[in-house]
Amino acid sequence: MAQTKAAKSDTILFAAPQSLEDVPLHYCPGCGHGIVHRLIAEVVDKLGIADRTVCVASVGCSAINYLYFKFDGLESSHGRAPASASGIKRCRPDLIPFTYQGDGDLAAIGTAEIVHACARGENITVFFINNAIYGMTGGQMAPTTLVGMHSTSTPGGRNPALAGYPIKVCEMLSTLEGPAYIARVSIYNPAQVRRAKQAIELAFRTQLAGLGLALVEVLSPCPVGWGVEPVQAMDWLVEHMLPQYPLGEYKVTEAVQALKEVKGHA
Amino acid sequence: MSQRRHTAYITIDSERCKGCGLCIFFCPQKVIGQAERFNQKGYTPATVIEEKAGECTGCTACALMCPDIAIGVYRHAKVAP
Repeated sequence: MAQTKAAKSDTILFAAPQSLEDVPLHYCPGCGHGIVHRLIAEVVDKLGIADRTVCVASVGCSAINYLYFKFDGLESSHGRAPASASGIKRCRPDLIPFTYQGDGDLAAIGTAEIVHACARGENITVFFINNAIYGMTGGQMAPTTLVGMHSTSTPGGRNPALAGYPIKVCEMLSTLEGPAYIARVSIYNPAQVRRAKQAIELAFRTQLAGLGLALVEVLSPCPVGWGVEPVQAMDWLVEHMLPQYPLGEYKVTEAVQALKEVKGHA
Repeated sequence: MSQRRHTAYITIDSERCKGCGLCIFFCPQKVIGQAERFNQKGYTPATVIEEKAGECTGCTACALMCPDIAIGVYRHAKVAP
């Protein structure tokens, strides 16, 4: 008989992280936001920084994500999350602000903010969720939409002659001096989810060590926006997004590399 | 050689589950299936297939992929022989 409730004496192999509120998430079925929320909460729990962490939410599907975290949250104006986080960090250096932005927020309206936050080398952490589409407003073309990709505003596929080419955020920002750590990860299978968690942890540790801006881009599925089933969305991501957005670490300064090699890092 | 016994099990919060099917796809033991009933929100939630429940190895792949944090994974406490 399948159990529906865990017995108290049993060993917990996996349970929801403490920093996450016990409420259902509002995201569509198969959306990657839930996985990334959980990874962030797990890392915050592991580092024991829940009382000092501040989530700076952006505008987009994840606009109300501070309702899901038990630590502090702030809603910033559209695209201005890195500026809000910079302000928090400069006024209260003991706090640990991180921004949680989608591709519409970070790569479209907020491009100037993130470029200048990187140029200044603010000591903040940025999580950039790239699903190549505007999810909340109904699947329109985003700056990260792939060439030829269908969306509600490019029904015939993105035509570069008309709509230009996708922005590769990690490649672009890694040319700047300011950022300490820039990596692109994905969550299309359990192994990649584990890798994404390592990158998120290193991004927080970079800030804790005061080394500068850390940005982790997460390639995430949007099954509803892409018009595919959740399981097929993972295959679609591998097939179409990975060739355009290769995974890997784009910038690791020597200090972050030393931090990475410290024993005990997951 | 005695037959390998798995002592892990999962719990699924069927009201949180949105029936996306990622856990069903990623379970290496194929322990999870889609329920025939609907939950309050109108989704057909994932459920443990009763005859395969004993094959769960506790690998946590389903829980890692669950976007709704609906899955918990546990190992039975050891019972003295």
